[in-house]
Amino acid sequence: MESVRELKELQRLMASMLFRPLDAKWRMQRTTAAGARTADAAAGFIKPNDRLTSFERLEIYNRQYWFRVLDCLYDDYPGLRAILGERKFMRLCRAYLVKYPSASFTLRDLGSRLEKFLRDEPDWAAPRAAMALDMARFEWAQIVAFDGPSKPAITMDDVLDTPPEKLRLGVQPCITLLALDHEVDHFLQAVRKRDGDVLRGEASNAIDHAPKSAGKKSRLRPPRIAKVFLAVHRCENELYYKRLDPVAFQLLAGLRDGLTLDTACALALGGNPDPALAGELRSWFSEWSELGWFCKFSKLQSP
Amino acid sequence: MPANPFNGHTDYGIGIGLRVPHYRHILAEKPTVDWFEIISENFMVDGGRPLEVLDRILEQYRVVQHGVAMYFGSADKLDCEHMRRIKRLVKRTNTPWLSDHLCWGSVDGRFTHDLLPMPYTFAAAKHTAQKIRAARDILEVPICVENVSSYAEYHVSEMTEWEFLTEVVERADCGILLDVNNIFVSSQNHNFDPLDYVNHIPHHRVGQIHIAGHSKFERYILDTHDHPVLDPVWKLYEHAIRLTGNTATLLEWDDRIPTFDEVHGEALKANEFIERVESCAA
Ligand SMILES: [Fe+2]
Repeated sequence: MESVRELKELQRLMASMLFRPLDAKWRMQRTTAAGARTADAAAGFIKPNDRLTSFERLEIYNRQYWFRVLDCLYDDYPGLRAILGERKFMRLCRAYLVKYPSASFTLRDLGSRLEKFLRDEPDWAAPRAAMALDMARFEWAQIVAFDGPSKPAITMDDVLDTPPEKLRLGVQPCITLLALDHEVDHFLQAVRKRDGDVLRGEASNAIDHAPKSAGKKSRLRPPRIAKVFLAVHRCENELYYKRLDPVAFQLLAGLRDGLTLDTACALALGGNPDPALAGELRSWFSEWSELGWFCKFSKLQSP
Repeated sequence: MPANPFNGHTDYGIGIGLRVPHYRHILAEKPTVDWFEIISENFMVDGGRPLEVLDRILEQYRVVQHGVAMYFGSADKLDCEHMRRIKRLVKRTNTPWLSDHLCWGSVDGRFTHDLLPMPYTFAAAKHTAQKIRAARDILEVPICVENVSSYAEYHVSEMTEWEFLTEVVERADCGILLDVNNIFVSSQNHNFDPLDYVNHIPHHRVGQIHIAGHSKFERYILDTHDHPVLDPVWKLYEHAIRLTGNTATLLEWDDRIPTFDEVHGEALKANEFIERVESCAA
């Protein structure tokens, strides 16, 4: 090896073999993506020893890769797993990771493109594709709420002097507002109650077991179909999700997207002159500002 | 070496890895621990609980950063955004030195999340050393590189692993985080004498030592960090500190993590070996 270019070629070759999914028995596949014999490809760059062939040595890394990433999604998406069942969930994860291998230094981001994948390839979750999509969005929102960015909170007092037609309020970037078609929040609570919470292991560079197996679990009724509006947020660094009134949701979403307070209120109320609603509006605002949901608006954060 | 340029001239004793299952105990009981090692990447987040816990730990304890994703050996250049995040954390923790692995793990922006072995070639050593120098210049803190455990060797290798390690650290003028468990694991997997490894590295560059447990399978040994330290690894540790002097030592326990006291107790066993070596030297 004479150059960095050759080093890169070796690393590309090895990575392509590690990213290749395992077979049905959790072993390295016998053929490469290009249709060659994996054993020959492995022997081309890995030395055998007196106990293991080149294939077997490479297989240790191939298995470790898949066990690690599947374990990570297994822990991060218990709700999605319960909706799809363990086998279909694993098939979905495998297809997802083949299309979107990790592009981040941290496994925390591994599910960041799952929503997109489920929108583009809903068949992996059929016949519960819509439900699965709702759950995947909800579970990703929790990851964001857990350690996503937050800005200094502003209170209503801070902005009293700005007229509502000029006032723009930001919503904390770690908060996700979700309009969903299934009661995935209640469903996830039922899953957690059934399974108990699982802690993820940390940073050894070896994993010696196949992804956790299902075991016998009681079947849960799937999430009910219903319009649900959620804010997934954190408060004093604890994770919460809160159901919102549809009007409240629209208001917050409008503010998040950069509407002025005036316009966001008008749009959310939709010309509804109900005076009770005006009172409710005030109580929402005081609750949200107490929770620290508002921050300075910046163009960058609006999606 | 107790204190040297590669660990920021500190003389830290025996520490353990800071792990989630112990947070509650540590924050509530404030046990006496010489220092904690944190996995940098777990705290390279934008907010929330991880940073709150870290700040509370930093109020009470000395913390050293240990990374798993700088991938000095990856052919790709250092990732600027990644370096910015590490630097932000360095400012937060005031780590006197930081460590990461002598390995590769990503290519073309795709991550394996593994610590993959290097081909032991001069070209690879030169490239890796350049990246370590660049990282040190950006982060402005001494760097120690850790030898990884491995299960495969490449045909293209031109030297032994310890020669490669030496070549890299001499070129980079950086420190070594000597993981004696990893040496033992690799010696079994690749049929070499672990003493040859420990004897033939530049001892004055060792800024920190790792000890850990591993799992033995029928035909290979896996570095699982889920057991107490095994006897041959303690023996190797004793041999290493005879050569390097009493060096900052850290026990890694990452899976099937027992109670805090059990982990700390296991780490403190290192004292027996330190005392033995020191009494021999006296
Ligand atoms: Fe280590």
